Amino acid sequence: MISTKRRVFLKGTLAAGTVGVAVGAGLLAPSKLLAAWPSDVFEAQGLDAAMEAALGSTDIPDSDDIDLSAPEIAENGAVVPVSIETSLDDVTEIALFAEENDFSATAHYVLASGTKPKVSSRIRLGESSNVVAAVKSGDSWYKTVREVKVTVGGCGG
Amino acid sequence: MSIRVRAQESNGVVNVRALMSHDMLVPDDDGGPHFIETVEIKRNGEDAITAHWNFTVSRNPFLQVEFDGSAGDTVSVSWTDNKGESDSTEVEVG
Repeated sequence: MISTKRRVFLKGTLAAGTVGVAVGAGLLAPSKLLAAWPSDVFEAQGLDAAMEAALGSTDIPDSDDIDLSAPEIAENGAVVPVSIETSLDDVTEIALFAEENDFSATAHYVLASGTKPKVSSRIRLGESSNVVAAVKSGDSWYKTVREVKVTVGGCGG
Repeated sequence: MSIRVRAQESNGVVNVRALMSHDMLVPDDDGGPHFIETVEIKRNGEDAITAHWNFTVSRNPFLQVEFDGSAGDTVSVSWTDNKGESDSTEVEVG
């Protein structure tokens, strides 16, 4: 287990370094970055670090135009249905976080034009948690937050 | 391994529901972490949506998305996991 985790860590570090150099040199447009699995986002611990890595900030304005649908009470934290939909225009990315999960970044979606800003999936919550949905509309991120109470946790991680 | 996909068009919008068989092992599981990192859904060969996931997505992941399209279009769904395994499938929009 130790060696596995170390390898994952090293892989993440190397990937972040390479991407950083490429961005600095102007070789990659930001949207192209997300063609690869963003290890810095998913290996970040805690909500603030995950949001900083995924959105570039923790100070994201709330929006009433994002509909985050999730159960108020989830009997089984292993399978919590979450749907995100927004009426905001020009949506190119949607990010989902679970605050109380150690690794808070859960999903990051990249949308092509013609794809509706509407995504549903099922996630794990280790315990009762705020769930945060962030939507990139134009050049700006907006978010909405919902609390989900979990009766039986469903996350070993 | 398998991916079950249903793609239905209504009023010019294609609704895609995909169910992927994968254990999505978290780090504390034997053999974990072992999870789908990236899912790509394409319409007629063009990217519609890319999903990047953590191991906190539930076992046997479900994904539902919508995009502009028509009956008869081809929708492909493919995933790759953190150990380099992959699967893909293609359906015609009904």
